[in-house]
Amino acid sequence: MKIAVCVKRVPDSEARVKISPDGKSLDEAGVKFALNPYDEFAVEEALRRKEKAGSGEVVVVSLGPAAAQETIRTALAMGADRGVLLQTDKIPADPFETAKLIANELKTTAWDLILFGRMAIDDYNHQVGPLVAQLLDLPCVTAVSHLDIEGTKGVAEREIEGGIEVLEFPLPAVVTADKGLNEPRYPALKGIMAAKKKALEIRPVQAAAGAMEIVALTPPPERKEGKIVGEGAAAVGELVRLLREEAKVL
Amino acid sequence: MKTLAVLEQRDGKLRKVSFEIVTAARRLDGSVDAVVCDTTDREGCAATLADKAKAGGYGVVVFAATATGRDLAPRVAAKLGVGVASDLTDLTVEGGGDAIVATRPVYAGKALQKLRVTARPAVLSLRPNIFTPDQRAADVTPEALSVTASGRVKVREVKPAPAGTLDVAEAQVIISGGRGLKEPANFKVLEELAQAFGGRAAVGASRAVVDAGWRAHADQVGQTGKTVSPSLYIAVGISGAIQHLAGMRTSKVIVAINKDKDAPIFKVADYGVVGDLFEIVPKLTDEIRKLHG
Repeated sequence: MKIAVCVKRVPDSEARVKISPDGKSLDEAGVKFALNPYDEFAVEEALRRKEKAGSGEVVVVSLGPAAAQETIRTALAMGADRGVLLQTDKIPADPFETAKLIANELKTTAWDLILFGRMAIDDYNHQVGPLVAQLLDLPCVTAVSHLDIEGTKGVAEREIEGGIEVLEFPLPAVVTADKGLNEPRYPALKGIMAAKKKALEIRPVQAAAGAMEIVALTPPPERKEGKIVGEGAAAVGELVRLLREEAKVL
Repeated sequence: MKTLAVLEQRDGKLRKVSFEIVTAARRLDGSVDAVVCDTTDREGCAATLADKAKAGGYGVVVFAATATGRDLAPRVAAKLGVGVASDLTDLTVEGGGDAIVATRPVYAGKALQKLRVTARPAVLSLRPNIFTPDQRAADVTPEALSVTASGRVKVREVKPAPAGTLDVAEAQVIISGGRGLKEPANFKVLEELAQAFGGRAAVGASRAVVDAGWRAHADQVGQTGKTVSPSLYIAVGISGAIQHLAGMRTSKVIVAINKDKDAPIFKVADYGVVGDLFEIVPKLTDEIRKLHG
């Protein structure tokens, strides 16, 4: 099975967000970056599919700055075979431009499966996977929490409000991974050592400006300091009174 | 500038989020046409919507940022040669319709991004529970589009959640539990409190307890779970890690119940009660039952 996994370097979920003096971007000083958590599920799924098939190749593709090599190495340490970095210091604000660059990279190979995380935890776009699928004219299933593949037939489950949707689709296809799809492995020391020797191609790319422009990045409105109503079960009466009379939510 | 609003139905009825997007769409200059479309054949539905958007010369196409909307919007957008300005919490029109200025939470709400969208059409998805439906919202009769094209991705079945359980993304009241619950079985005390709200409340969970396998991922609130904005969020035995706060800080009213008075959750809570949750929560359940009794 020939599988591509597209991953992104993002600030760690515990990172504090500080805004740059330009007022439009993240101040990256002191921020720890990591492989996007949803992409970990995608990498794990790719590895399991290859292992199950008994042969194949898992190729990790990322669009990002030079430092995204580390992100790709993390996936290689988990067991992926090789990596491709589409290197740019400027990730476009318009996700369609990102999708075009990734689709352009993927189009030259006949993949059986292309995996993404369902979203990146930095820009919350939820769309590069399905946009790439459309550009490559491949079927796509998003936010998948369970996946069965038999030959060229796939069945996926995804969570919707109030239930689980079961979808059928043919391979080759694009699938975006949700939490719950699998339990990603931690890279073992052996994997980390091996990853250093695996091929990582770097290709400079330049994104077009696109039709979206970030005009400002601001901190969210502060919540005003609340109050401690009291201690223990004795405070419940007063809490309920405040919720009814002051907050008016009961 | 005409707007196409793609509404969502369940069991033949428009969902609440549909009225929210109608309300938001009417805030833009120009007229709004509302449509519904069967989403069983995903690609067929996307093709139908893209054809409708093209044929009608719409300047804006609006979706809800729900599980279905997030799946459908990029498929339609790509067919129209644009991306999606997704998960918006505010939008305005600039320069008499030259651009839409959209606000969207990024880094799970740790920052707000202002995005100038010049794409035509501008494809937008709006976050649920943000745009309060106005009085005219119910006054909408969507055109039911028939899906003619046959696609490759099809819904085989929908397994409904057990009766009486509400999705955290849709609930007006969320009671979330963390490690302070000590063991999975103790979530029963939160479920009882949720039931006392009479069908309006859902039980959520912190990442720690989801990762420990105590609760389903569908219930997780936070940066790698759901971002929620209920009227009332009650955090029980949750210390308040930054990734959790990111997912619930836009709740209208936040209550924290925790034994550690220095827990970060109290910094964002409107009302806090310090102490043993196993004494406090059952008492609260009694009081809420009395109110709804």
